[in-house]
Amino acid sequence: MSDAAAMTGLPRAACPASAPVLPLTARGLTLRFGETTVIDGLDLDLGPSGCTMILGPNGSGKSLLLKLLHGLIKPTAGQIAWGGQPPGAVTARQALVFQKPVLLRRTVAANLDFVLKSRGHDRARLAALLDHVGLAHKAGQPARLLSGGEAQRLALARALATDPEVLFLDEPTASLDPASVLAIEQIVADARDRGVRVVFVSHDIGQARRMADEVVFLHRGRVAEHAPAAAFFPEPQSQAARDYLNGNVVV
Amino acid sequence: MQSIGEAFTLALQLVLSGDADLIEIVLLSLRVSLSATAIACLIGLPVGALVAISRFRGRNLVLVVMNALMGLPPVVVGLLVYLHLSRSGPLGFLGLLYTPTAMIIAQTILIAPIVAALSRQVLEDLHAEYAEQFRSLCLTRWQSVQALLWDARYSLLTVGLAGFGRAVAEVGAVIIVGGNIDHLTRVMTTAIALETSKGDLGLALALGIILLVIALGVNAAVQTVRLTATRQAYV
Repeated sequence: MSDAAAMTGLPRAACPASAPVLPLTARGLTLRFGETTVIDGLDLDLGPSGCTMILGPNGSGKSLLLKLLHGLIKPTAGQIAWGGQPPGAVTARQALVFQKPVLLRRTVAANLDFVLKSRGHDRARLAALLDHVGLAHKAGQPARLLSGGEAQRLALARALATDPEVLFLDEPTASLDPASVLAIEQIVADARDRGVRVVFVSHDIGQARRMADEVVFLHRGRVAEHAPAAAFFPEPQSQAARDYLNGNVVV
Repeated sequence: MQSIGEAFTLALQLVLSGDADLIEIVLLSLRVSLSATAIACLIGLPVGALVAISRFRGRNLVLVVMNALMGLPPVVVGLLVYLHLSRSGPLGFLGLLYTPTAMIIAQTILIAPIVAALSRQVLEDLHAEYAEQFRSLCLTRWQSVQALLWDARYSLLTVGLAGFGRAVAEVGAVIIVGGNIDHLTRVMTTAIALETSKGDLGLALALGIILLVIALGVNAAVQTVRLTATRQAYV
């Protein structure tokens, strides 16, 4: 593998590896900023398929957990293993869509082309990708003039252009109108149906009910509950989750 | 010695008649300073980009040095280049002293730090916005640098302009290494200095007017490009 990395000039992480990326095992995951503990000895197992919704009140560590799992930040303590590999080794086989899409100062098409090119993927896929997210008619427009929903669809298309095995979504539909939310959910559901493992952070309980195969409920930097969606929504087992679903303040 | 009014009249006549000497001087000025700007950008932009996206020990020291070099006195640069290019200097065998090439070298040394330091600032701000996305995409350092340079292209145009402005307006370095030789190394600034000391204010003023017009014109052009880019949210 190191030879291949040297030949292609790509970082080790970008080299396709044969080892499966799933399941995920995280043990004793802890993240501290100075005196503040944001992730507190968290254990998590994710199976090979489906859509996991990560729910939890503000400050429960949802977004940071995604970044830890994706290998963007290092935990203070604890282990993460993706099919036995550390997060940094599989980052390139995963994609993360941020709450606020970071788009290049180029056209819509150029934003996608950039990723296809940097990954050495077939650039002829561009049109199909744009079509898939309903942006074919905006291909030549400046990406940063897109509406919020369009920008997020472009970010999704860019994530899908990397052919991720795991797709992380960090509140991708926060502050979008209902039609945009449904459009994005449809694209994500398509990806899941094609075998992409989806890990979705959301605040929208309705969205969680529509999308989730299973739910991970975070509270104070720990997993308070991890259950199939069919069991979680009718009968949450933890007090914090019950309060959250009932719209009570969770502290 | 002429009165200011006479000098202005003469200056306008020279400009409007397209005086051959005047044109030669202006073209050499542009050739030297544009070449220096281009080379300084080739060196300064990648350096600025690398420093912008890298974290290493001694980075703050590098930043202090880069910023300090922005204020290099032209005469000191001229003297250093002179010492290297003079017949007894280490590069004397090249025979470059008192040639336009020597002037380009001196101006490049003068403005490359300006391009590097200013572009570092521009690119660091942009990188703060892009860094996490780039890490998620597993871009190599070189891919990141390329993307930053391209996406900051309109801001970097202004950086290049700052370098060109400094180069075309300086007199200290080019007069030392160029020698202000007529028809060979005489540029606008050195000609203005010479003609003023000779009392030939007409030619000096004519060159001064052209220098100002060039500065205004280049700035206006860059501003127009930037405004167009801003409308497309590319800045």
